[in-house]
Amino acid sequence: MAQASAATATTTPAGSSGDFPPFKQRHLLSIADLKQHEIIDLLDRADAMVPVSRQERKSHPTLAGKTQINLFFEPSTRTQGSFEIAGKRLGALVMNMSVKSSSVSKGETLVDTAATLNAMRPDVIVVRHSAAGAVELLSQKVGCAVINAGDGAHEHPTQALLDALTIRRHKGRISGLTVAICGDIANSRVVRSNLLLLGALNVRTRVIAPRNLLPAGIEHLATEVFTDMREGLKGCDVVMMLRLQHERANGRMIPSVREYYHFYGLDAEKLSFAKPDAIVMHPGPMNRGVEIDPAIADGVQSVITEQVEMGVAVRMAVLDALLPAGGHA
Amino acid sequence: MTRPLLIENARIVDPASGTDARGAVLVENGLIFDVALNGPVGVPDGAEVINAGGLILAPGLIDMRVFTGEPGKEYRETLQSAGDAAAAGGVTSFVMMPDTAPVVDDGALVDFLIRRAKATSKVNVLPAGAITKGLAGLEMTEFGLLQEAGAVCLTDGRHSIQSASLLRTVMSYAANYGMTIVHHVSDHSLTGEGVMNEGLFATILGLKGIPREAETIPLARDLQLAALTSTKYHAAQISCAGSVELMAAAKKRNKSVTAGISINNLALNENDIGRYRTFFKLSTPLRSEDDRQAMIEALRNGTIDTIHSDHDPQDTEVKRQPFAEASDGAIGLETLLAAALRLVHSGDVELLTVLRAMTSRPAEILGLASGRIAKGAPADLILFDLDYPWQVSEREIRSRSRNTSFEGARLAGKVMRTIVGGQTVHTHED
Repeated sequence: MAQASAATATTTPAGSSGDFPPFKQRHLLSIADLKQHEIIDLLDRADAMVPVSRQERKSHPTLAGKTQINLFFEPSTRTQGSFEIAGKRLGALVMNMSVKSSSVSKGETLVDTAATLNAMRPDVIVVRHSAAGAVELLSQKVGCAVINAGDGAHEHPTQALLDALTIRRHKGRISGLTVAICGDIANSRVVRSNLLLLGALNVRTRVIAPRNLLPAGIEHLATEVFTDMREGLKGCDVVMMLRLQHERANGRMIPSVREYYHFYGLDAEKLSFAKPDAIVMHPGPMNRGVEIDPAIADGVQSVITEQVEMGVAVRMAVLDALLPAGGHA
Repeated sequence: MTRPLLIENARIVDPASGTDARGAVLVENGLIFDVALNGPVGVPDGAEVINAGGLILAPGLIDMRVFTGEPGKEYRETLQSAGDAAAAGGVTSFVMMPDTAPVVDDGALVDFLIRRAKATSKVNVLPAGAITKGLAGLEMTEFGLLQEAGAVCLTDGRHSIQSASLLRTVMSYAANYGMTIVHHVSDHSLTGEGVMNEGLFATILGLKGIPREAETIPLARDLQLAALTSTKYHAAQISCAGSVELMAAAKKRNKSVTAGISINNLALNENDIGRYRTFFKLSTPLRSEDDRQAMIEALRNGTIDTIHSDHDPQDTEVKRQPFAEASDGAIGLETLLAAALRLVHSGDVELLTVLRAMTSRPAEILGLASGRIAKGAPADLILFDLDYPWQVSEREIRSRSRNTSFEGARLAGKVMRTIVGGQTVHTHED
């Protein structure tokens, strides 16, 4: 849990890496790479980072003099912004690079890009790419820490960490809860990271989706699989909604938005099947009226804006853990 | 006239005749002049004598699916480098896929390739003619002229024809010339953006899957059309249990349909992809271990006729990419025999059965005189040590491309000498 003593100090702000044992991983590429104690360690570090962003001078310069490159091959306002703010609050020099296309035909390959950036001697590169495994490939070609900010439909580890932190702060625990994830399971990296993380912390995980949006073998990754949303939500402590890409509701995968919303959109009636104190989450960006009723998205059970706040704390914690002052032991 | 060559004290393994016995083979003028089993042999005057020391003497391998880079992508592979790799791997003949630039869809190109290969390659290069112009799957090529120029079969290589009516037409027309249609079965709409076998492992990796039905549905169509048109049909490479069932059922009614398999689908499975290792990104994809076991059984019972390398040289530029964006394919000429012998060493398949699928069966399907140790057959022979242990190392690869899916693999079985047309083209040096 949070290091309360450090949090009270103003001159040595909360959550400095010295308060925690050294983090042994060089990169953060996937939740699958993390052991249970490492997940808990990162959550504790993130918890301790929360006060930094709530104080007037949001500065905790443990990364002063370090260079962070945000390399986004896919556009992302919130994740890129979150990593940028996290790096800046830690005092790092942050550079944002948006690359429109990664395709070979348009020039430089991913490996070439990695070599070029590596020559600029960054301390950490935060990468988002449309292809699964691309961030790991890049990590093999550079000499600095690499953070996966989402690779295709593979993983999005900081999202799973911020989701877990949000849950823990609301429920006081994670282990033993029942968490339902609902929506486009097949194409979501958020789902894979969350199932791995929650599974490692002994959560009862459920996925809920029409069969078209359930990937092969999902029954081996989630505790339970549902195609009926009311059944799936029964007794849940947490309801996580996923974004449905509009292009999937064009008759090729899902017949229409209104049919999807009717059966899989989260409204008050469906939410009533979950526990009365269930919290509602969404990784964003939301499609109000597609996967979620605006009244629920902005309602009392929603913790969606808090997820965004926890995102900054988690990313500060990850950056701080991977780039300890004085370098790795 | 070259000197006669006598190979004595060998374990002669010839699948065509079912022979597995001690003996000697006499070669004259590029042909097998005599085969002596379990008996004394006379040494002709002036003959060169090779004491095989008990090594296995088998027909040289015939590889039915090899891609080269010549013409058009010589930096990946030339006929010469492919020939060197083949000779080292015990492959004395290979069918060259028409997927080159330009595409081999014209008799003049077949003629060029045969001449070019004679001049530069250590082994026999057998060009396959494209079924459709530019491999576009739309208009048929000149089958008769391709055959006259020397094309041994018709195939669209790694491309799969989607139109059933076009397939019916080309099969019917190929039957006119007695040519075998070799077809890669892949339904484009079901394959979609898939990059590996569909299943739990693809889901974990976040990669789009290719269902087995992308293979079985077009295969079922092809087998029905082959029966309708009475054509000789060879499913280029199958990979799953469902395809084996279809082949077994079709073979009961129709003797002129056959099936091949890539050594990759016999030796590897989808788990070898590990964390996005692109040398295991193949089309046909690696399937599950259950599928692999079903393929071994199909090889054992004869439902699968041939084993090939699916040798497909790709450079690092197109392989060192995120998995979904990397090119398909792996090289395999130099590891084909040893990888296939794994099935023998594991006790899964008899030696004669494994060798038959790489010698006499391809010869029968393609109508070749080679692939057997018999009087009058071409002296395309290999001497190999069944148990010789070695480790595959990228540095020792003769192919111009290094995309082997067996890097670091420990294999048993090594070609000690390769003979093409009576001439030794490769000897193993320790």
